[in-house]
Amino acid sequence: MSLLEITGLKVGFDTEDGEVQAVRDISLTLERGEILALCGESGCGKSVTAMSIPRLLPPDTTRLSGSIRLDGRELTELPERELRAIRGKDVSVVFQEPMTSLNPSFTVGFQIAEVLRRHENLSRSAARTRAIELLELVGIPAPARRVKEYPHQLSGGMRQRVMIAIAVACSPRVLIADEPTTALDVTIQAGVLDVFRDLRDRLGTAIILITHDLGVVADIADRAVVMYAGRAVEEAPVTELYARPRHPYTAGLMRALPSAAVTLEDGRRRLSEIPGLVPPPYADPEECAFHPRCPRAQDDCTTRRPALDTYGTGHLAACFHPLSAAAPATGGGS
Amino acid sequence: MTTPVLEVKDLVKHYHVRGRGQAVRAVDGVSLSIGQGEVLGLVGESGSGKSTIGKCVLRLTEPTAGSVHLSGRDITHLSRRALRPLRRDVHMVFQDPYSSLNPRFTVGQIVAEPLRRHGVARGAQVDERVREMLERVGLGAEMRGRRPHELSGGQRQRVGLARALVLEPKLVVADEPVSALDVSVQASVLNLVADLQRDMGFSCLFITHDLSVVEFLADRIAVMYLGQIVETGPTKKIFAEPQHPYTQALLSAAPEPDPARQRERRRVVLAGEVPSPLDPPSGCRFHTRCPVAVDTCRTEEPALIGVRDEERPVACHLVTATEVPDITGRD
Repeated sequence: MSLLEITGLKVGFDTEDGEVQAVRDISLTLERGEILALCGESGCGKSVTAMSIPRLLPPDTTRLSGSIRLDGRELTELPERELRAIRGKDVSVVFQEPMTSLNPSFTVGFQIAEVLRRHENLSRSAARTRAIELLELVGIPAPARRVKEYPHQLSGGMRQRVMIAIAVACSPRVLIADEPTTALDVTIQAGVLDVFRDLRDRLGTAIILITHDLGVVADIADRAVVMYAGRAVEEAPVTELYARPRHPYTAGLMRALPSAAVTLEDGRRRLSEIPGLVPPPYADPEECAFHPRCPRAQDDCTTRRPALDTYGTGHLAACFHPLSAAAPATGGGS
Repeated sequence: MTTPVLEVKDLVKHYHVRGRGQAVRAVDGVSLSIGQGEVLGLVGESGSGKSTIGKCVLRLTEPTAGSVHLSGRDITHLSRRALRPLRRDVHMVFQDPYSSLNPRFTVGQIVAEPLRRHGVARGAQVDERVREMLERVGLGAEMRGRRPHELSGGQRQRVGLARALVLEPKLVVADEPVSALDVSVQASVLNLVADLQRDMGFSCLFITHDLSVVEFLADRIAVMYLGQIVETGPTKKIFAEPQHPYTQALLSAAPEPDPARQRERRRVVLAGEVPSPLDPPSGCRFHTRCPVAVDTCRTEEPALIGVRDEERPVACHLVTATEVPDITGRD
């Protein structure tokens, strides 16, 4: 049994303009000690999928169906009170913006200790000692001094490390990291990614990494799920995904990266584009959601929706006209 | 040699912190020039001072010292009034297409505004120029009557480009214009910028933190660290052989979108943090994080000089005629 199993998840939000369908239908699994990347562009449903696990969604307007099982236990049916015991303990989250996620009026030590005292019933002094250990674990120098500081006294990279320390304080089984390095500089990002790798290696934490950055996915993830318009369009171990993308959307994303620019005959440098826009989130079309933008689309794409098919071990893609395995890799180089 | 379109000399911008008698040394002695039709990529991490340079060039903020010349004319101390006609020649594209467009104006009005402001066209001429410009940035006639909130991020950035280019300026300052966009949208906006630049021939100061974007777009790049340029030169040469340890660290830290290659690479994780621009380190500003720093680096400030190659000056004591430091261990 997988550590986490999401089956047929659908998430909608009531708005003044009708129901927005953020996640139309997704199933995925997460193994122990695995780093799974959920990638795709703005609005594809990657964050909503992940936030459904600890149910960090507005309760009044969210319509959620499907199944989310953690170690076999169904989370979608748990009452709020029981879910609260899971958040921060079994499932914890690192958000993109560490400055708005930390409370400016408490020291970082207090904020780490708060989780420990709540979930682990540690005494004040034991929690303080553990907080220092955690700061050390996430690579903060002079942790005994830093523990007494307030968020504004720390740099962006250090704040994100504090967020990670809070998130892993109770040794969660699943750590959800939502664009954890997007707000950070590239030289700081490398260090924070190392912290995640280290946590997985030392504590066996399973990590769901939400990101739009294909460089970050290539660096750290074991497996990746590419989402489009609320559904998974492709899923594979990362080396396989980058070497042999099958779905035209995945291949298009990789070719659109500046590092994949090609030089034309007249000397112009050119990036491959994906024309058009994502479909509006109000309807759930019966056809392939990507077909209006797809260079390989044919008549059948406009009438039916392709299901995920298998292309080798662990490689799934939802496309009637997938790229062949022989298609040249497009990720790096130019 | 022809006069550069933009020439910045020994530019300094200090922001005084109230009540502390200290100054944030955002830009501390930067010189750069951009030739006609040239794209200079100004690269650096947050707080390096790259955006402040852009603001000084447009006189959106007043430089503390140094000079800014536009096509040979010193604009550093010109009055607002004297500056006004020159504003035709320099325009800016901002990062956030949401907050830089007036939500009450239609797309047509936004693009027409510079034409009216400078009185270069009236009546039907305005309509004609706006239509032409919108077409050039790939927006159809039906977009004219829309307001910013009805547009996607990519469309808004095209409107921002149209507004900046409608007067056919000599220089465009673009501050992170594609950083807020998704990859697929970013690709089309970058292609558009490259095409427009080539067709219209404007010079461009392209400010960004994203190395892959400058590699695609810029003829030359200048790498900034803590208010100073540490290395500059032709893009190809710098990407092929970065000489300053900071440039090397920056290039090695940007993950490559290729798992096999990325996992083979030896990445350098810099120690420590970017020091405060309130109190920058003595000597070379990078010495506190530089893995190969020697004693001289702590005491003497290195000059930005082309010891090995005149085309590409580097501010590092360790770059000599015979040796280049290597912090990545690639051999």
